[in-house]
Amino acid sequence: MRRHRGELLRRLRGERLLVSRPVDETLALTRRELLKAAAAAAATWRLAPWPVRAPAAFAQVPPGDPFITPTLEAFSDTLIPGAKRSPLDRAIAGADTGAGAVQAGAIELLNFPPAGVAPALPGFAAAVNARATAYAADHGILLDPTVPPLVSLGFADRTALLVELLDETTGDEQLAYFALAALVFLAYHTAGHLPTAEAVRSGHPGLAAIGFPAPDADGLWRFPQFSYRRMLASRHPRTTGKGSPP
Amino acid sequence: MAVETADVVVIGTGFGGAIPGYYLAAGGARVVMLERGPRLATEDFTHSLQLGTFTRIVDDIRGDGVDVIAGNCVGGSSVIYFAASLRAPSFVFERTGTLGRRLWPASISRRTLNPWYRRVERTLPVSQQSWDDVPYPGGVWAAACARAGHTCNPVPVAVDLARCTNCNWMVNGCRFGAKRSMLLNYLPAAEACGTDIRPLHEVQSIGPASTSGYRYAVSYLVLDPDDYRVATGSGTIEAKLVILAAGAMGTPVILQRSAAALGGMPAAVGRYFSPNGDRVTLALLDEAKVTQLLGLERAPGVAYEGYAIGKPIGSMTFDYLDPSAAEFTRFSLQQIYFPPITNILPEDGVDGAPLWFGVDKKALTARWRSWLTVLAMTEDANEGVFGAPPPSGNFVRIAPAAGLGQLSFHTTPETQRGWDASDAAMKTVVEKDGLARHLLWKATPNVQSAHPLASCRMGDDPATSALDDRHELRGHSGLFVTDASSVPTSLCVNPSLTIAALAERASSLLLRRAGEFGLSVRPRVPPPGTTDAMRRRRCLHPA
Repeated sequence: MRRHRGELLRRLRGERLLVSRPVDETLALTRRELLKAAAAAAATWRLAPWPVRAPAAFAQVPPGDPFITPTLEAFSDTLIPGAKRSPLDRAIAGADTGAGAVQAGAIELLNFPPAGVAPALPGFAAAVNARATAYAADHGILLDPTVPPLVSLGFADRTALLVELLDETTGDEQLAYFALAALVFLAYHTAGHLPTAEAVRSGHPGLAAIGFPAPDADGLWRFPQFSYRRMLASRHPRTTGKGSPP
Repeated sequence: MAVETADVVVIGTGFGGAIPGYYLAAGGARVVMLERGPRLATEDFTHSLQLGTFTRIVDDIRGDGVDVIAGNCVGGSSVIYFAASLRAPSFVFERTGTLGRRLWPASISRRTLNPWYRRVERTLPVSQQSWDDVPYPGGVWAAACARAGHTCNPVPVAVDLARCTNCNWMVNGCRFGAKRSMLLNYLPAAEACGTDIRPLHEVQSIGPASTSGYRYAVSYLVLDPDDYRVATGSGTIEAKLVILAAGAMGTPVILQRSAAALGGMPAAVGRYFSPNGDRVTLALLDEAKVTQLLGLERAPGVAYEGYAIGKPIGSMTFDYLDPSAAEFTRFSLQQIYFPPITNILPEDGVDGAPLWFGVDKKALTARWRSWLTVLAMTEDANEGVFGAPPPSGNFVRIAPAAGLGQLSFHTTPETQRGWDASDAAMKTVVEKDGLARHLLWKATPNVQSAHPLASCRMGDDPATSALDDRHELRGHSGLFVTDASSVPTSLCVNPSLTIAALAERASSLLLRRAGEFGLSVRPRVPPPGTTDAMRRRRCLHPA
């Protein structure tokens, strides 16, 4: 464990972090020991059976929550990657430049009441971390216990894990992961937690990135110029007078 | 307490409910229409993708192997549809599917339906787009078709073209009152004749009536406008005649739940669902090639970059609707815009996992303005089946606009054959000389449909159809189904005009038979008027 401890020390000193690394043979950890570690990590992250029903009173993830929010951020950033917010940013992997889903408001949208999923987020974070822990065990990756397991994985491993969760899982579990992924996409591609006109005007990064057009001054869209205004193909010769096929 | 009664209860207010609701009310019947969704007027429709806005009136229902989009408001899917209004090709009515015999009733063909199509086209009314009305994406699609040796037509739309601002927010409902939904024609005409439209009334089941002279008791829950999962009340109305038009995702579920009380259901209720053969694929256009190959430029130095501009549907080709071709190989290809709520769906265009998220997908979406999406409407094999109904409603609502349905759809080789053919055709057109890259929607293996059909279909064979050719539920006199669920097969075009034409035809038959059900109504009623005064003049008993 010497190397791992050194990594933690570097982190405490603010040095560049290694998010995860394959288990070095010199660590001499057996698969059984890894699985034990995984089980312990899973317990730490309050592993619960899926689907998890959170208490009804739990309205949203508390701001600054050290476990749930980074997990959701890492999940979101894997779907739509962005730049790190600071050199110490762990949740965002920094796999791409510019804003990604997190900067576009993924966490805000997941906690936005009309999205309807806020009460399930703690359970979701627990489940995805359990899968991250199992993934790490399967692939001989030693997790950093100071961050959620998903955050501890590097971008390539996060991506591989999400491919498993989203494309290779079936049933209710896949449904839940896909629903969360869909909301993350909505945050970036539609600013679904904001009025769209306001979001466009304030430079929402996702809408800006896809080139969503700007509204008129009254917040409504109109396109006076919308057509090439040219005949661009011949009509089907048997088209009826009402424009239908025969 | 006395049981509430009405001559006619209509369940649902979309095309299938609004049309018979109007004719029966104008004919003189006391009509109550029950709608599970809220009621919004033109000024209530938003230009916003914020959750809690459009999600009030649109539902995304996820099944096993299929996802369906459906309307949830007064006016039903006519409020959120894209208004393409086409008659189904003649060969559609002759389809035999996988059964090997004609699926439509012998009494219905394109020829016999044409008068009803014509009536709907005049009543909505439907507009013919000229090339000046076709937005940029439709123009690019037409030019690409032409360059590949195909014809391509402007699409007729139920839109007031003079009023339309080409804002591209049709899925939110039309803020400018230009889209001719049921809110602008049949429903106000029905209300002028005294029809009582009750939003947020979700019908659960139909049973026998207890009042003499009345046949059916329709039971409903009143839903909380802020959370449709919460019921704030309940009630029952007894009726002499029931028109069930809760849509292809709702009608079979209500009937399944009613089976015990009504003494059984035809076997075809909840079977033979069709997604209208819907299949969307994406062309990622090379802007330079748009100018170089197609000669198009919409502004100096800008060839296209117009995906978000215009009416969502502009042009389509009929070239693959060859009546002599084999069944399951015929389809239309229609240019269609989707708001970025669907941006999760396309593959990223780079080999290897991940297919639809990550860095490459982000790069693809950065070119969103150069997208061109095309909808193939093919011949499917009606392989959708509904499972047991949920405790209430049409599906289990898990979020404001999202639910889990009981519908399963396991694609047959016949249906897949159609999609393979449409994919190949689309690829040939858009990839010619490098104009674009053809990409598939791969984020989910589920079929994506905005045109659910046939889940309570009509036909001549009692074993494979739930309704007779007059839309009456077999074995249940006085219970009629007039919505998309009655349409027997996929249509190879957008279904709204056919659903409406069938509802017009069914209404005419109903007026003539009304006496059988204890109703005293005029046997003939003209189509709705266009002004309040004209509407009132058409009523036997104006409101």
